[in-house]
Amino acid sequence: MVAVDRRIQPAGEEKKQDKRHSGGLAAAHGSSLLEVKNLKVYFPVYSGLLRRVRGHIRAVDDVSFSVLAGTTVGLVGESGSGKTTIGRALVKLIKPTSGSIRYRGVDTANLSKRAFFPYRKKIQMIFQDPFHSLNPRMSVGQILGEPLGIHFPHLSPSSRVERSAVLLEQVGLKPEYLRRYPHEFSGGQRQRIGIARALAVEPEFIICDEPVSALDVSVQAAIINLLQDLQEQLGLTYLFIAHDLAVVEHMSDHVLVMTQGRIVEQASAEDIYSSPQHPYTQKLLEAVPRL
Amino acid sequence: MVKHLLQEILRRPLGMLCLSVLGLLYACTIFSQFLAPYLPTDQDLEKAYHPPTRIVLKDWRPHVQIYEQVDPAAARYEPVHGETAAISFFAPGREYRLWGLIPAETRLFQVEEPHRIYLLGSDGTGRDVFSRLLYGAQVSLSIGFIGICITMTLGFLLGGVAGYFGGRVDFLAMRLVEFIIAVPSLYLLIALRGALAEHFEPEQMYLVIVIILSLIGWAGAARIIRGMALSLRERPFILASEVMGQSSIKVLFRHFLPNLASYLLVAATLSIPAYILAEAALSFLGLGIQEPGTSWGLMLQQAQELKVFTLNLWWLLTPGAAIFITVITFNVLGDVLRDIVDPRQQMIKR
Ligand SMILES: Nc1ncnc2c1ncn2[C@@H]1O[C@H](COP(=O)(O)OP(=O)(O)O)[C@@H](O)[C@H]1O
Ligand SMILES: [Mg+2]
Repeated sequence: MVAVDRRIQPAGEEKKQDKRHSGGLAAAHGSSLLEVKNLKVYFPVYSGLLRRVRGHIRAVDDVSFSVLAGTTVGLVGESGSGKTTIGRALVKLIKPTSGSIRYRGVDTANLSKRAFFPYRKKIQMIFQDPFHSLNPRMSVGQILGEPLGIHFPHLSPSSRVERSAVLLEQVGLKPEYLRRYPHEFSGGQRQRIGIARALAVEPEFIICDEPVSALDVSVQAAIINLLQDLQEQLGLTYLFIAHDLAVVEHMSDHVLVMTQGRIVEQASAEDIYSSPQHPYTQKLLEAVPRL
Repeated sequence: MVKHLLQEILRRPLGMLCLSVLGLLYACTIFSQFLAPYLPTDQDLEKAYHPPTRIVLKDWRPHVQIYEQVDPAAARYEPVHGETAAISFFAPGREYRLWGLIPAETRLFQVEEPHRIYLLGSDGTGRDVFSRLLYGAQVSLSIGFIGICITMTLGFLLGGVAGYFGGRVDFLAMRLVEFIIAVPSLYLLIALRGALAEHFEPEQMYLVIVIILSLIGWAGAARIIRGMALSLRERPFILASEVMGQSSIKVLFRHFLPNLASYLLVAATLSIPAYILAEAALSFLGLGIQEPGTSWGLMLQQAQELKVFTLNLWWLLTPGAAIFITVITFNVLGDVLRDIVDPRQQMIKR
């Protein structure tokens, strides 16, 4: 069943939460792919000449949630609320202070670098800033060739090129672009290249860290549609991070609302939209233009 | 990237000029055995402090004027009227091995013994200053190049590793860098030379100098590269590489290096003069290249005598001019490169 940890919810909201969880989400999907329990990521704050630890930034403070295979979980909150930190902790770019991260039942938070390697093929990430997410000194072919070289080392150079061309087509770009460099592309095209790079290793789970926040509104919709199409074709699971509730609501089956390192509300997308419980969610909703 | 840079340099008059001057200097250095009429050690005690020989045309062929010594004490020479010796071009002479490998005997120009051609005069033992300049350039111009290659490699590896990994590695590397930067480099130069000299033959002084200069030079480069690595490592494309499981070494060489390359190139160009000057300084102090070797610094040291000034033996100061031209050219080229690589700096300057 739905594995949502409710310990962090204020006591008064327990009942309503319960009702929600028996709703749409549970019925639609299968087993839980990712389970995060009591995740904490604290950054030490140094000060003084001796750089003594003066305190901690509680970037992620006791967060629990789970992601069902084949679904999209939206993570929404204002800038600085700890969304990126959660994403990075999931792929071991940051070491969690405490808590467990279970991927298909295996606690990956405590795995060594080498033991985690197979998961790098399963979990990928798409970044917010399309202008810095591609190495400016590499051609598109080299950018897409890098993950292929790591996880499919036996591919011959020609089949690597072939595979890269297929990836480009998959994200709606022309195969001729393989020889071009990032600066020759628009923001939206670069984001597509970033998506192609994430797809190269044939992942099951993709963390999309504000993939459209830096893009023009006109381009945003195209990228979101692409992500949805890819999900349908490839059966992907997304953790979709954004600071804009409208985008998240459109994309997600289930929504986590985050502020100051904590998840203050989680519910299905419809419920978040129609009857937000937490004042912070309500505030976020007010910012969404209603048609 | 290299092709693009070259095009950009050649588009700018100043860049074009610098590149041509340096190209010429290095070409001369590489072919010094062919271009120099004499070996740097070929003495002629009868012709000490000989002034540059005049070139005259006779029967439409270039000849050298022949001089006779009128006052050995004052090193005064007078041209002997009508007496000349023909210059032969591309004629065979004494055998040599080009780059120590290819046996050859052709020289660009020479005159029949016992006459001598001194394009830039001779020194106190009658050795040809022009030939010595060419052979000296082999040391003076290559030391900067080899030194900078070692320095930049060390700087990139240590700075890159420190910046990328951070933590204790970073701490240790940076304290070492600060130590090296804090010691005034001339003292360090002399101290290191003193410490190393015992273990090397005088002929290996070249090696010693390269080692010393690289040991001193990497610190500054490492510090700057570390700073750049610190900002680079937060770039999403580096994170993406880590997320896909790339090894740290490959991240360093595939992502950091290409993005630091333009900086490295500019820094290298701008610091080559420091190496040339440091070699000159060491040799000038008698701590660098030793006879029978030769370098521009050593030649300058040998021109220190009062005579040079009282008798106006200006040709003995040409190594100084050579150092000056080389250093200026490298500096200007470095500036041009920086403008190309980082146009923002240029805007601030103006
Ligand atoms: N490497 C870090 N060191 C120190 N503090 C950090 C670091 N990364 C993030 N933080 C802090 O953690 C908090 C959450 O940041 P982040 O996860 O990037 O938020 P979001 O993605 O929601 O905008 C912020 O206050 C930020 O300053
Ligand atoms: Mg963020």
